[in-house]
Amino acid sequence: MASERLPAGVPIAELVDIHRHYVMGDHVVRALNGINLRIEAGSYTAIMGRSGSGKSTLLNILGCLDRPTSGQYRIGGEDVANLSDGELSEVRGQKIGFIFQSFNLIPQLTVLENLEVPLFYQGRVGAESRAKAEVLARRVGLEGRLEHRPNELSGGQQQRVAIARALMNDPLFLLADEATGNLDSKTEEEILGVLDELQREGVTIVVVTHNAKVAARAQRTVWLKDGVVESVEENLHRESSVAAQEASA
Amino acid sequence: MILLELVRTVRMGVKSLLLHKLRAFLTMLGMLFGVASVVAMLAVGEGASKAAQDRIQALGSTNILLRSKKPDVQEQNTSSNVWTAQVYGLTYDDLDRFKHTLPAAELVVPVRETHKEMRVGAEYQASYVLGTTPEYLTVTGMRVREGRWLTDQDDQRRTNVCVLGAFAAENLFPLDNPIGQSVRAGSDRFTVVGVLETLGRASGSVGPPVDECVFVPMSVSRAWFGDTSMKRTGGSMEVESVQLHEIKIRVADPAAVLDTARVVREMLSENHAKQDFTVVVPLELLKEAEAQKLIWNLVLGSIAGISLLVGGIGIMNVMLATVTERTREIGIRRALGAKKKHIVSQFLVETVVLSMTGGLLGVAAGLAGPILIETFAKMPTVALPQHWILSFGVSALVGVVSGLYPAVRAANMDPVEALRHE
Ligand SMILES: Nc1ncnc2c1ncn2[C@@H]1O[C@H](COP(=O)(O)OP(=O)(O)OP(=O)(O)O)[C@@H](O)[C@H]1O
Ligand SMILES: [Mg+2]
Repeated sequence: MASERLPAGVPIAELVDIHRHYVMGDHVVRALNGINLRIEAGSYTAIMGRSGSGKSTLLNILGCLDRPTSGQYRIGGEDVANLSDGELSEVRGQKIGFIFQSFNLIPQLTVLENLEVPLFYQGRVGAESRAKAEVLARRVGLEGRLEHRPNELSGGQQQRVAIARALMNDPLFLLADEATGNLDSKTEEEILGVLDELQREGVTIVVVTHNAKVAARAQRTVWLKDGVVESVEENLHRESSVAAQEASA
Repeated sequence: MILLELVRTVRMGVKSLLLHKLRAFLTMLGMLFGVASVVAMLAVGEGASKAAQDRIQALGSTNILLRSKKPDVQEQNTSSNVWTAQVYGLTYDDLDRFKHTLPAAELVVPVRETHKEMRVGAEYQASYVLGTTPEYLTVTGMRVREGRWLTDQDDQRRTNVCVLGAFAAENLFPLDNPIGQSVRAGSDRFTVVGVLETLGRASGSVGPPVDECVFVPMSVSRAWFGDTSMKRTGGSMEVESVQLHEIKIRVADPAAVLDTARVVREMLSENHAKQDFTVVVPLELLKEAEAQKLIWNLVLGSIAGISLLVGGIGIMNVMLATVTERTREIGIRRALGAKKKHIVSQFLVETVVLSMTGGLLGVAAGLAGPILIETFAKMPTVALPQHWILSFGVSALVGVVSGLYPAVRAANMDPVEALRHE
């Protein structure tokens, strides 16, 4: 069944001395050069850094789309650094939710069908997946749009569908690479609001961004430089802003 | 659960195909025409071969049919004197030899043909008068419609009786019942004792059309009409002397037919200086027809193979383009948990849906085609279920084969690369 939500603070993803090297002819690009990072249940992490610092590479490894050249990667205690392609697919399907910059909905499928895709690959398509899709669509404010095609929706709505899709498998954590990069600032605010809400409900989130405004919503910011973690900033300002919000609510 | 998944996959495949309707349609056309032409050609081929087999079967598959034949022209020239009769053909001696030395022969039936003007009152009708023995009926499989057939007594007593072929009866007695009436052939009178049923089938490939003939006892034909006949051909008279025009041999055991035919040929060659006879063995023709059908099927198979190959290449081409176009979709699906096998089956299902739909429409067109051919070109066709099941199966197979490479290529894409694809 779906992975149950772990109590806050329990490490769910742990990277130990992760390297990812690309061999380009006779020289080696060290996209990641010894990353140590721990993602705890319920946390909200932003990854920042200059272009080429290795953010996307790191996110791909976190998302089991890519395998590190060396190092250990544990998800919920299980070492996934050396899994086969098929096993990695299973990990992605069961434990990870992806949100992409360009939404990445499948154009020929309806919203409902797009939402069902993750469960389809686990043989869980049917009444269960439909009910779940309806719940999640409501949660991201898209009830009544289930039969629409992606091209009939605005960018913000498409990204809401993508978020709902990422939640369909009750993932251990959500990974977002520049999730609001293609949206105007008002829509960006809406999407970030949705993520905030999810985080408050206990979803673990990792975002990659260039945008300080986006990073400000996270609890901490991990700065990358040349494939290593340069610094980790706890975001005190956010804590106060969320606290203020909660107080006023 | 597996079935549900399959249904889902197929539905998804159809949706993806419908994304490019024209492209899918054109790709399908290749398959459609391939399968349709195969199904149609098989039906026409089967029809032609069945017609040939029916024709041969009508001759009797255990029969050996001998016919007198005028020898070739060069030999004729030497004796081409206007008043000397040209003597050729099967003889009474041949008949006796066959009767006495062919152990496998069950019946040996002689036939004499004389062309005569038959008169009924003032009406007359040119007709073949066939002199033969009672066994003729058994060998040819003809049946009496009315009255009776010739008997041994008729032959022994040389009674002037005749039996009419179905059309001969109609022509000579358009209004009356012919039984008991009298018919004149030259100066001789014959009493009609029977009328035959229509044979209809083109059994006339050997000898004159039997439905139009008048049958008389052998002894009568021999006594009244003699062996010599005169024919006016282009100004000069042709005089021929032929004892027997035909000998029909029925062999009791089907397995002995070919051996008996060989012996018959040997005996004839021994006793005839000239090639003045033909031997038709329906069983041999049947075997030839079967061999011919095999060749036809081989030719057809190659044409089918080539056209389906072309269809398959078309499908593969389109699927390769589709896979490239949908690289990002593949990346998305992989990110959402699809294994390689899921991607393979997704694209395979698409190609198979494409080719099977083409195949199905092709079968429909291929079955409709022969109906048109039959009604307009008057050619017999036979559509066997195994033909279209086979064609349909092959189209599905072509789908799998031509879809496999593109599908595997799609599955082997690196998910990260695929997601980056524009
Ligand atoms: N497939 C690859 N082959 C070779 N080098 C690669 C490959 N992917 C990434 N790199 C290199 O690895 C380094 C890190 O790339 P990455 O995409 O992770 O950077 P990024 O931080 O996401 O940059 P951006 O902010 O521009 O998205 C870069 O130098 C890049 O050129
Ligand atoms: Mg990047």
